[in-house]
Amino acid sequence: MAFGKPDLGSIVPKGTEFDPALVNKMMGKFGHGGFLDMEYVGHGADWVELAIDWREDLVADPDTGILASAVIISLMDNATSMSIWTKLGEFRPQVTMDLRIDYLRPSPSGERVYGRGICYHLTNSIGFVRGFAHNGNPDAPLAHASGTFIRIGDRIS
Amino acid sequence: MTDTPSALPPYAQALDMTIVDEINGVPVIGMPFTDRVQGRPGYLHGGAISGLLEIAAIAAVHRALQAKGSHSAIKQVNVTVDFMRGGLSQMTYAVGEVTRLGRTMANVEARAWQDDRDKPIAMGYMHYLIKAKREDAA
Repeated sequence: MAFGKPDLGSIVPKGTEFDPALVNKMMGKFGHGGFLDMEYVGHGADWVELAIDWREDLVADPDTGILASAVIISLMDNATSMSIWTKLGEFRPQVTMDLRIDYLRPSPSGERVYGRGICYHLTNSIGFVRGFAHNGNPDAPLAHASGTFIRIGDRIS
Repeated sequence: MTDTPSALPPYAQALDMTIVDEINGVPVIGMPFTDRVQGRPGYLHGGAISGLLEIAAIAAVHRALQAKGSHSAIKQVNVTVDFMRGGLSQMTYAVGEVTRLGRTMANVEARAWQDDRDKPIAMGYMHYLIKAKREDAA
């Protein structure tokens, strides 16, 4: 089996302005991000929004068609992680320390899910993030997220 | 025999999860390392680890409800996942523990590990709402 995801550290050299749309072409199209087929939607100075289309094989409860909780976690994990690099303006190796998700309501069957990750504070070693998921109207969120990422030095692995 | 559907949900099947064992009557869920669960090269994606924790937690709640003779449906309210170690390119296991089962909610802890159960790669802490009994439950 091929594990063909390129190393982000080599693709985004130090000193290069971070481009979430470009980076999502790796993070959202290979490995787990590729399985979920995450799409870049937009970004600002400290936020990145991604989206996942509803799919039958992402469902946790076949009776209702509600997506697995972890689909939202993956979406928020990638969006919040990328929000740190976006705020920082460059890539740095980091891993998720913890992530909390509150599910305000289920995401309806068939509906696309958007996840907006926001980096609200950054230190040399920690990125503090929050975010929310919605179905197209950011004023009607379906989940809220908060978490932290820790920098892991100069190596990605 | 239990009356729980033995098939795991579509999401779990898509990531090749299976019930591999039982600990104290609670199913242990296994997930092989494939490209579909990979994050940074050679490591599990945090979301895939969270997915394994979720499936293990749900299985544990269903088992606890069954033990009380209940067929109630559940609804997840929230989850906190602590990521402790990088998930390596090998088989990963998870099991849930219902730390409290009340009439309206359940507190669940789920643990994911690889070689050594005492060295978890991640822990999940979940709250589930116990919904009213389903009349159609056989």
